[in-house]
Amino acid sequence: MGHQASFRVWRGDATGGDLRDYTVEVNDGEVVLDVIHRLQATQAGDLAVRWNCKAGKCGSCSAEINGRPRLMCMTRMSTFAPEETVTVTPLRTFPVLRDLVTDVSYNYVKAREIPAFAPPKDLAPGDYRMRQVDVERSQELRKCIECFLCQNTCHVIRDHEENKAQFAGPRYLMRVAELDMHPLDTADRQRAAQEEHGLGLCNITKCCTEVCPEHIKITDNALIPLKERVVDRRYDPLVWLGSKIRRRR
Amino acid sequence: MTELERHEYDIVVVGAGGAGLRAAIEAREQGKRTAVISKSLFGKAHTVMAEGGIAAAMGNVNSNDSWQVHFRDTMRGGKFLNNWRMAELHAKEAPDRVWELETYGALFDRTKDGRISQRNFGGHEYPRLAHVGDRTGLELIRTLQQKVVSLQREDLAELGDHEARLRVFAECTITELLLGGDRRIAGAFGYWRESGRFVVFSAPAVILATGGIGKSFKVTSNSWEYTGDGHALALRAGATLINMEFIQFHPTGMVWPPSVKGILVTESVRGDGGVLKNSEGRRFMFDYVPDVFRDKYAETEAEADRWYDDPDHNKRPPDLLPRDEVARAINTEVKAGRGTEHGGVYLDIASRRPASWILRRLPSMHHQFKELAGVDITAEPMEIGPTCHYVMGGVEVEPDTARARVPGLFAAGEVAGGMHGSNRLGGNSLSDLLVFGKRAGAGAAAYVDGLASRAAPVEPDVDRAATVALAPFGAEGGENPYTLHQELQQAMNDLVGIIRRAGEIEQALKRLEDLKQRARRVTVEGHRQYNPGWHLALDLRNMLAVSECVARAALERTESRGGHTREDYPGMSSEWRQHLLACSLTEDGVSLARQEQPPMRADLLGLFDRPELSKYLTEAELAGHAGRPERNG
Repeated sequence: MGHQASFRVWRGDATGGDLRDYTVEVNDGEVVLDVIHRLQATQAGDLAVRWNCKAGKCGSCSAEINGRPRLMCMTRMSTFAPEETVTVTPLRTFPVLRDLVTDVSYNYVKAREIPAFAPPKDLAPGDYRMRQVDVERSQELRKCIECFLCQNTCHVIRDHEENKAQFAGPRYLMRVAELDMHPLDTADRQRAAQEEHGLGLCNITKCCTEVCPEHIKITDNALIPLKERVVDRRYDPLVWLGSKIRRRR
Repeated sequence: MTELERHEYDIVVVGAGGAGLRAAIEAREQGKRTAVISKSLFGKAHTVMAEGGIAAAMGNVNSNDSWQVHFRDTMRGGKFLNNWRMAELHAKEAPDRVWELETYGALFDRTKDGRISQRNFGGHEYPRLAHVGDRTGLELIRTLQQKVVSLQREDLAELGDHEARLRVFAECTITELLLGGDRRIAGAFGYWRESGRFVVFSAPAVILATGGIGKSFKVTSNSWEYTGDGHALALRAGATLINMEFIQFHPTGMVWPPSVKGILVTESVRGDGGVLKNSEGRRFMFDYVPDVFRDKYAETEAEADRWYDDPDHNKRPPDLLPRDEVARAINTEVKAGRGTEHGGVYLDIASRRPASWILRRLPSMHHQFKELAGVDITAEPMEIGPTCHYVMGGVEVEPDTARARVPGLFAAGEVAGGMHGSNRLGGNSLSDLLVFGKRAGAGAAAYVDGLASRAAPVEPDVDRAATVALAPFGAEGGENPYTLHQELQQAMNDLVGIIRRAGEIEQALKRLEDLKQRARRVTVEGHRQYNPGWHLALDLRNMLAVSECVARAALERTESRGGHTREDYPGMSSEWRQHLLACSLTEDGVSLARQEQPPMRADLLGLFDRPELSKYLTEAELAGHAGRPERNG
């Protein structure tokens, strides 16, 4: 039932590194993270990797597997041929700290740039009333586990360090969209989406949607609707005003 | 000693899960400069794994619900070993804590009239769990994380610095609490995982919110962080741990493939209509209703099935008994040869609910089975079995303030003991985090306000903590931390697991002693920068200390109750109910003391019928107590 697999894992740090070859046992039903753990336990005790839940819920073990951004815990070994070499490298968009661990602080900086949920001031806790159909749109976007695979794959910043300052990335544009669609949020999100978070840089190639392990339709259900509202409002301020008045009622 | 990174705070919170973040929010809102120390990245805590919901008697779905009913259910679930004051505060305050989350931006599933929807769960008399599909823990952690960010934005606006009053130290591990010369809390010592550099926090109050100990067991639903750090830190600082023999084995973990064995399958599957079946296709839970619950559970499949639509006139299905009962029943079925191919039983929702309904209510379960096991839960049954899930035991705290026995030390969430007695009800964990997280934050803030002076860490203690942390790099003997960890997990799983016997526990204690000796010779390769082997070597010390507490208490308690089942003492004893086992650390290792369980307040006792009380309490305790007059509900 087990077989010996060929793995190539990037080892190194901020100053440089290279791919190392390993031959390692693989058993029935295992995922890439199991194999990385076996490498740690048997051949490379100091191999650096982030992981927490090993169940696809925390979004910690993001890496590039044969060049594709994936969660290591959700990539089954059975998706590779036994003789295929599996190459595991760190996320390319973020600076390497060590081995498979990268510095993802960019994402936390972007998170802090988005104003918080702003409920109506006179609404007491316990008095919130929302219809299921109205919360579902934001709920889909709140399924995000912050694995940052969408941020990693987005070509606006993947090979363009210079764009990072002005671009929040799909995850945080989606956060803006989620707040904008919250039935009780009173803040104006649309101007900032365009002017501060770089929505205009997104040209909806859907790369983010393709890599999302939660299968959130980031482009179709977050980014495009947000773009549409920004456009409507830029051409017609009355549309925006009307939407805000309806919302408050 | 080389130059150390040093920080000063009013309050240091160790742990950034639900309890830690809620505590930090409270401390910051009370004006305290607060640090949150997280072993992982911010937002990755084990709380994200919680699936089913937050128990709170809001009465949105069934208006008969109230804090009194929630309190009763909690005490029954814990087999009356719970600290009744904690159970009371929890039941009373949980609704406010849930509603508060909405003001932070949480989006729960809704009822038809727009309120927060509530679902059925094991041991809860009414639909009580606020939820978001089956990813409630993610919603909770994200909401609290976003609240922290919003407080930081306020501080930026007011003080020009995001981190002026609330800073998250991510990927930073605390290895020791620091005391002043007067044995009060003075701070904490730890290291940055990224660089391996040491960091010293000076603070008069520390709140432990480190979660549980599941990584000491082989089959577990817990993430890597659950190495009992807070339990062990508290012990070494001189605090006591209570109820450590009570470990919850969740009845439904995945059993196949081997690499995912233990991963949680939410109880909502049963709350929403799923049933347990053995290999003969029999719904076996009807055979396992214990006497104390006999009058509350259905006796026929027909009645059980009617309950989902008409809970007021039918009794609930026995698939929804408290978790300890269900886990033992599954264990028995498998041992009797009625298990599945991979050593579990079947959990079937496919034949009971339409596929579209399953996809809407249980999306992450569908995803999990499809991706990890190649099983479509809308078309075929799941194979499941018990998995180590939660430790009821923890730091002994004063209920109202979450204060431990060491001045300046507080604990909240899974690391605290008492609230859940011998067994926790599903859904009571997330509410526990919120209720006692907030209370710990307030308790620590009040403590700091009342101080005339602050203790300073004793410098030789700081040096010693550094020496201990670096030992694995210099040690000779070459013990591999990964090997030791696997042996520990195997020993705890096999010998102090779901069913226990004196001989096996004694054997476990011998193995733990041996592992302790070998852990002194643990050696790691490489250097200090992001070195998981080194991190594990340091965590091992905590897991060993906590495992010893579990084993010693399990050997001492000669009865079966909740998450502690002794094959050689199968009965529940009213005498034992009056005693808690408290662990403390001496020079010879873990020592145990019996302490009295405080008697329940009369008005709370009055919430139960006398016949029910007589199942749990001694004659002497019952004397002079009439119990609640006979009535329904």
